[in-house]
Amino acid sequence: MDKYPVIEIKSLCKMFGQFRAVGNLDLTVYKGDIYGFLGPNGAGKSTTIRMLLSLITPTSGEISIFGQSLAIDRNDILRRIGAIVEKPDFYLYLTAEQNLRILGKLSGMDITTKHLHQSLDQVGLLDRAKSKVKTFSYGMKQRLGIAQALLHDPELIVLDEPTNGLDPVGVKEIRELILRLKSDHNKTIFLSSHTLPEVELIANRMVIINKGSAIIEGSVNDLLNSGMLTVSFSVDDARKSQTLIQNSALAQSFLGINEHQLHMKLSKERIADCTSYLVDNEIAIDGITSTRSLEEYFLSITRS
Amino acid sequence: MFLSVLSIELSKIFSKGRSYIGFGAITILVPIVQAAMYSEGEAYFSLFTQGLQQQFSFTGTFLNGYLIAFIVLQSLLVHVPLLVALVAGDMLAGEATSGTYRLLFTRPVSRHIIVLAKYCAAQLYTIGLILWMSVLSMGMSLMLFGPGELFIVSSSITVLQQDDILWRFLWAYVFGILSMGTVASIAFMFSALVENSIGPIAMTMAIIIVFTIVSALDAGFIKDVKYMLFTNHLISWKLFFEETIPMDRIMLSTWVLGGHSIASLLIALFIIVKKDILS
Repeated sequence: MDKYPVIEIKSLCKMFGQFRAVGNLDLTVYKGDIYGFLGPNGAGKSTTIRMLLSLITPTSGEISIFGQSLAIDRNDILRRIGAIVEKPDFYLYLTAEQNLRILGKLSGMDITTKHLHQSLDQVGLLDRAKSKVKTFSYGMKQRLGIAQALLHDPELIVLDEPTNGLDPVGVKEIRELILRLKSDHNKTIFLSSHTLPEVELIANRMVIINKGSAIIEGSVNDLLNSGMLTVSFSVDDARKSQTLIQNSALAQSFLGINEHQLHMKLSKERIADCTSYLVDNEIAIDGITSTRSLEEYFLSITRS
Repeated sequence: MFLSVLSIELSKIFSKGRSYIGFGAITILVPIVQAAMYSEGEAYFSLFTQGLQQQFSFTGTFLNGYLIAFIVLQSLLVHVPLLVALVAGDMLAGEATSGTYRLLFTRPVSRHIIVLAKYCAAQLYTIGLILWMSVLSMGMSLMLFGPGELFIVSSSITVLQQDDILWRFLWAYVFGILSMGTVASIAFMFSALVENSIGPIAMTMAIIIVFTIVSALDAGFIKDVKYMLFTNHLISWKLFFEETIPMDRIMLSTWVLGGHSIASLLIALFIIVKKDILS
């Protein structure tokens, strides 16, 4: 992969009065990345995205996109970005086509009707081109939001929770569209989400932020497959299982029991050893579930 | 790019129902005044000049197209501020309310250009409204009542000859545009301050009412500063109908109204350029 950095954020900070929405955030997104920007609600994702799109002025720090400073070359940079930020809001009194035509013009394009219809077709809204946006459902507005983000064929696409409000079919279609944008057009996609599975399915790199700071950043594969798993064995006798484990080489991995469950912290490779050991000692196992530590960690910060 | 954004803003204005309220109101009100004058005008005029008729002898009729246009201008310029504020007050606040600031300000167009284009669109709307009022009040009144001398009673009695009137109306309408343009500018400034459309309209009308009351007071320091209040100059178009036009007063009014307009635009620009878009 070409390692040309498309987005470089250094020591980014945003204060709203005494409240620190984003603090000392550093991240780099490379050309062709689908970069997952993950964090619980209120973590500072939208504030960061708004700063990336010059909707909010950072208190301190630097944002550089396509190798240019956002503070200096704002218009040149924005010409090459398509975005949806939070809710898909449009001019409700205009039709889908009129909205796109206005936004295309503002992006410096003279958009033909054919081009407009292609954009609407891409998100399944062609038959509603002449309908006023006030008649659209939330999911339809979200699709229109994606159409406007792609309208001027941008190199970088910033999507803030793009599958919000979509039905499962819509979610799948958008996911496929994002993957197609990367594979067929080598677009760089900055995808914000508050759910790990969504990012896991399509992103190749990701960062998790919480309380405005990056906690973990790297390749999705490395982050999700490294480290230990929390493994729960459904057993017929949890107390006996506990005794067996505590008297074995696996004692260090023991986490606890409850009713018919034995909880262990194990690497992927040691799950089989543990299973054999329990079965050899006449413990009947009904099921095994595992949770990755990153997922557990993410859930814990989300819950908190 | 500016012209492109301006055309977008104008198309947005004329796609909204509220933009037609002003044109609709004028289209309904002016013919009502004309119809009333057509049927009862002579009686009104006799009643109005009852006192004068004891001292002066009136021959012929003063009820003509120019007088009706003057009456309409006088009555409507009191109400037009609300119609102007309806649109100008929505120019920026409307974007905040609907969340479309995000769409606008993530485009490769500077905020300065967007604000200036919006401001110009609001001013063009105001010009359109006054022109429509002038066409209806002057054009239709002349068609219905015909031309004649213009009889005006204020602090003195002025009778303007038929061939000395049209250009005065022309300047009066131009001044009306400046007056209403100032109201539009103030509504526009309030529109940059808040995130709902009702606020700027209410604030503009409130400030007109408060300043008008203050302007009527002659006490203490108010006497010295009231010439600076824009409300004091909104009806300076009437000066064009004095026998000898007081150019010094017209210039003062022009400076005060122009100053308010420019200051309002600069404040709106400053606010929007610095604004963090959180809506």
